[in-house]
Amino acid sequence: MSSNSFAYNEQSGGGEATELGQEATSTISPSGAFGLFSSDLKKNEDLKQMLESNKDSAKLDAMKRIVGMIAKGKNASELFPAVVKNVASKNIEIKKLVYVYLVRYAEEQQDLALLSISTFQRALKDPNQLIRASALRVLSSIRVPIIVPIMMLAIKEAAADLSPYVRKNAAHAIQKLYSLDPEQKEMLIEVIEKLLKDKSILVAGSVVMAFEEVCPDRIDLIHKNYRKLCNLLVDVEEWGQVVIIHMLTRYARTQFVSPWREDDGLEDNEKSFYDSDDEQKEKTDKRKKPYTMDPDHRLLIRNTKPLLQSRNAAVVMAVAQLYWHISPKSEAGIISKSLVRLLRSNREVQYIVLQNIATMSIQRKGMFEPYLKSFYVRSTDPTMIKTLKLEILTNLANEANISTLLREFQTYVKSQDKQFAAATIQTIGRCATNISEVTDTCLSGLVCLLSNRDEIVVAESVVVIKKLLQMQPAQHGEIIKHMAKLLDSITVPVARASILWLIGENCERVPKIAPDVLRKMAKSFTSEDDLVKLQILNLGAKLYLTNSKQTKLLTQYILNLGKYDQNYDIRDRTRFIRQLIVPNEKSGALSKYAKKIFLAQKPAPLLESPFKDRDHFQLGTLSHTLNAKAAGYLELSNWPEVAPDPSVRNVEVIDLAKEWTPAGKAKNENPTKKFYSESEEEEDSSDSSSDSGSESGSESGEEDEEGDSSEDSSEDSSSEPESESGHQSDTENRRAAKRNSKTKGKGDSKDGKKENEKSKTSDSSNAESSSVEESSSDSESESESESESESRKVTKEKEKKAKQDRNRLATDASLLDLDDFNPVSTPVALPTPALSPSLIADLEGLNLSTSSSVISPLRT
Amino acid sequence: MRAPESKCTVERGGFFQAVGKAIYWALQLRGPHGLLSCLSLRPERTRRRITDRPRSWAQEKAADVENVPPVISTPHHYLISIYRDKLFFVSVIQTEVPPLFVIEFLHRVADTFQDYFGECSEAAIKDNVVIVYELLEEMLDNGFPLATESNILKELIKPPTILRSVVNSITGSSNVGDTLPTGQLSNIPWRRAGVKYTNNEAYFDVVEEIDAIIDKSGSTVFAEIQGVIDACIKLSGMPDLSLSFMNPRLLDDVSFHPCIRFKRWESERVLSFIPPDGNFRLISYRVSSQNLVAIPVYVKHSISFKENSSCGRFDVTIGPKQNMGKTIEGVTVTVHMPKVVLNMNLTPTQGSYTFDPVTKVLTWDVGKITPQKLPSLKGLVNLQSGAPKPEENPSLNIQFKIQQLAISGLKVNRLDMYGEKYKPFKGVKYVTKAGKFQVRT
Repeated sequence: MSSNSFAYNEQSGGGEATELGQEATSTISPSGAFGLFSSDLKKNEDLKQMLESNKDSAKLDAMKRIVGMIAKGKNASELFPAVVKNVASKNIEIKKLVYVYLVRYAEEQQDLALLSISTFQRALKDPNQLIRASALRVLSSIRVPIIVPIMMLAIKEAAADLSPYVRKNAAHAIQKLYSLDPEQKEMLIEVIEKLLKDKSILVAGSVVMAFEEVCPDRIDLIHKNYRKLCNLLVDVEEWGQVVIIHMLTRYARTQFVSPWREDDGLEDNEKSFYDSDDEQKEKTDKRKKPYTMDPDHRLLIRNTKPLLQSRNAAVVMAVAQLYWHISPKSEAGIISKSLVRLLRSNREVQYIVLQNIATMSIQRKGMFEPYLKSFYVRSTDPTMIKTLKLEILTNLANEANISTLLREFQTYVKSQDKQFAAATIQTIGRCATNISEVTDTCLSGLVCLLSNRDEIVVAESVVVIKKLLQMQPAQHGEIIKHMAKLLDSITVPVARASILWLIGENCERVPKIAPDVLRKMAKSFTSEDDLVKLQILNLGAKLYLTNSKQTKLLTQYILNLGKYDQNYDIRDRTRFIRQLIVPNEKSGALSKYAKKIFLAQKPAPLLESPFKDRDHFQLGTLSHTLNAKAAGYLELSNWPEVAPDPSVRNVEVIDLAKEWTPAGKAKNENPTKKFYSESEEEEDSSDSSSDSGSESGSESGEEDEEGDSSEDSSEDSSSEPESESGHQSDTENRRAAKRNSKTKGKGDSKDGKKENEKSKTSDSSNAESSSVEESSSDSESESESESESESRKVTKEKEKKAKQDRNRLATDASLLDLDDFNPVSTPVALPTPALSPSLIADLEGLNLSTSSSVISPLRT
Repeated sequence: MRAPESKCTVERGGFFQAVGKAIYWALQLRGPHGLLSCLSLRPERTRRRITDRPRSWAQEKAADVENVPPVISTPHHYLISIYRDKLFFVSVIQTEVPPLFVIEFLHRVADTFQDYFGECSEAAIKDNVVIVYELLEEMLDNGFPLATESNILKELIKPPTILRSVVNSITGSSNVGDTLPTGQLSNIPWRRAGVKYTNNEAYFDVVEEIDAIIDKSGSTVFAEIQGVIDACIKLSGMPDLSLSFMNPRLLDDVSFHPCIRFKRWESERVLSFIPPDGNFRLISYRVSSQNLVAIPVYVKHSISFKENSSCGRFDVTIGPKQNMGKTIEGVTVTVHMPKVVLNMNLTPTQGSYTFDPVTKVLTWDVGKITPQKLPSLKGLVNLQSGAPKPEENPSLNIQFKIQQLAISGLKVNRLDMYGEKYKPFKGVKYVTKAGKFQVRT
């Protein structure tokens, strides 16, 4: 390591420095730090000289030292002119370091920074996409207001760049420009709108990020891209996935109706659902009438499911919150397994995930019950993790598992971590109140703890016992006596106060003990904590009212002590009590009611989870973690009563057609899954000889199998590449057709029926085919234009009637059971290792078109 | 958006800073509008340093670093931190962002440092300031993660090696890649292009860990098997691999490296993927909880503290159980003794033990367990006189390792390669380890 440090250190002591650098640094020993220089000034002179040398190595060395200075928090701004000169350096490392420097100091030295702008403008036109991208990156990071127009122009151009990588950087630049000059918002939204249409997986995440930053309220921009985003999601890089999923969650909550309405009794129903078919029919019929899920809603839920398998905890959490917030309650169960998996991760991830589970487990216990034991505490967990686990265990406790849990809690109570032990006692108290069967068991357990050696444990037990007794005060005289004895030994103020309060409250049940306790307390009054003093006063007052014969003098003595106490709260309370209980001529009407006031029936405290009120925050957000609204938090809206027009998400097929190449089409029509498996078999037989040839062979073979539906679409698309004008008119036709269908949909019931039939046909094609074929019909219908599916309708009409009943059942069942669904597939990676670059490019295009394509609007 | 003016006076260390919608890194905001730096320093110093700025961190009552909450709210910012290898990595957030997004990214940064410098320590980071800056520059743009795949990063910035630093000094070349990486642009962003090896090899390590809590009487409270398959792939070109298992049903819950084709797994339970180059984690999995977990070791223990006397007895014996005929090795027992324990006088029949009187941690390095002679550790415990005897006996944390065995019974069936013509050398290794294996006493 030490030899490395020579080479990469800011000191040029190693062999790295040549000539000039050597001269410059010859005055210091390699191990010497900057402190050895007589002054900063002189050192900077050296650096300047090195920067002006014509040797790259010297320049590089100087830049490294400068970056080292920045890292140490030293001011290197006066080197600005010397550094900026090197912005055009051919050496990539120098260039990068100059960029680092520029971004850091440009805002301070605006005039000089302008010198570098022309270099970037030139680089923006470079034939190399990576150079264009990095120029845009740095240009947009320079926070100099004068260049805002230049940046705007550069962003606009980059957004139209052929390279998706440059477009991705354009999306990043949008956010930077927006934070520099919010007045550009309108123009930037235009760029965002354009980039949202982009089909590259590289761009998707970045542009959604820009959308969230600049115009999160412009939900209308998403409509047309919704299906594309859903389909692309699996292939987007993981960070983009998180952002997109969060955005789509918000979107779904504004555009679809709630799938929860009927779900209240569902959990019970669900079990019987698996029991017999008759019941299933009944149930699905019942369900069908009030609610049918929008296919787009289903698409999102279905396409996010695979991401639960992501290695990235943030992605898993994002999907989990999506399921929590927008999927039918019966389906949300699948997320628990993945969330529990995350608990194996490092403590930070555990912390956040446990918090979210805590919130979920309050509302839907059933979800995490099977994983109860995963929340058992280990003595090596950090305390914050322990308490969170405890919280979840409490939420999950029910009649069935409480005895196991209590046994587990017994171990925790003895923990060396006293803070945790105290939390466990609280937990036991909560379990006791929630589950009436075990209240007595818990209470006797807690009473045992009163003889514990550790004061914190005892004090906590007293407090919890107090709360428990308050709920059922009738039959616990013994416990109160036991606690009264504890007053001699226990010193924690909260516990003492609790005991006194308990005795006061139950003074009529322990008539012999109560006055004696008061006597003892009167003796030690002056040395007690304020908290305890207040309770002594209360005890005195209560005894005075119930047993004035014995305690009148004692109480008056205590009131006198309280009158001259240093604490004004206590003096106030004393005055108040005296007026209330001691009858004199001045006392008003209230004193008549003193007994009622002091010995009123008090409502028992509710022992509630601290996570109870967190559910109004979207899960997985910073706001949820903090339980406070963070800046920039976007509320999840409530489900709309009536779904907004779903046709806004329909997309014209123009762009699709453009992307299509003959090779791409073949692939597009084959569901990826099938494609893999087919080529797999081929490859198995011919083993290592498999290459692009055999693959394309299998592709074409499959194309034939596809049958009429693929012919349809191939006819359709084959005409498109021919001429641009033809193509245009084609799309015009489609638009018209689409407009027709739209108006049809909105029209009177007869037309509506027609529309209905159409959607049924596509349904029937779904239902009749196996899951594999189903996805193929999906992609096929994606590729079709509206008008074409109209024509298909005729051919399928016959089948339709026969299968209508079955179809109904099938669709409904699939609404319930997610596993029946086969997600519209976009390949995770292309299995084309040996293909030529051009082919790869083709495939890339096709991949995009697959993903950009959209399920035709089914309405059931 | 920007942070308020505040001069940053970090004299050393401190590289990574984040502000803005998500993560933003150090350089851009240091100084004039920087607020505090992320500090890659030892915890005690960190705590003091951060104390200077956002008060809430200072108010952190956490006596030990383990309990610093990962998310802290300050009047103007939110601090999200991770703690790794005795360093805090902090990012400063101004607006709403999923906390796991930041945490996951910070871990990725730490992983990258580890990968580049061999260790993720303060010294390593300080020695490589420039590379750290270059790396962060590539990993983040305006708070949004850019390139986090190690394959791409290594193409952009070459990791430091002794050899390269010598070569660089002679030829004057740099550690920044001359060729611009294409991986970022492709559909397979995790693999770099043009990989070439003379020996083509693919190794898979199936590592399973047993998490268990054993109670006082020796019965299992909770046991679970978690596994990972780590791969080391050195294959030329663009190999397309598929790995199949004899018994894939065992895998209950799996998380994948992005390279794996989800659909193939769903339909055929085959892992099909174009691998990244080098070392990476292919999958992590949990074995379904219906299967009973075979616990390979048992522990006999009797730990007692006498009332009103300053000593106690300690006796622990460890033995094999259901080990499937394999040797259990690398056994270590760690015990966090109660605070009142002053010292321990023990005699091991095998291995050696140490007791740290400051942290009160007893470590017994046992080694291999031979069934003929069971290792035990016996002796006296000295307690602080006058102090009450400890309430609870400490729990024992046990580590062990069993080579050539996947305790769940998972078996790799075969590995096939498509897309390349050469014959690779293939290997699979199985190891079972103790994960969080705790015995309550």
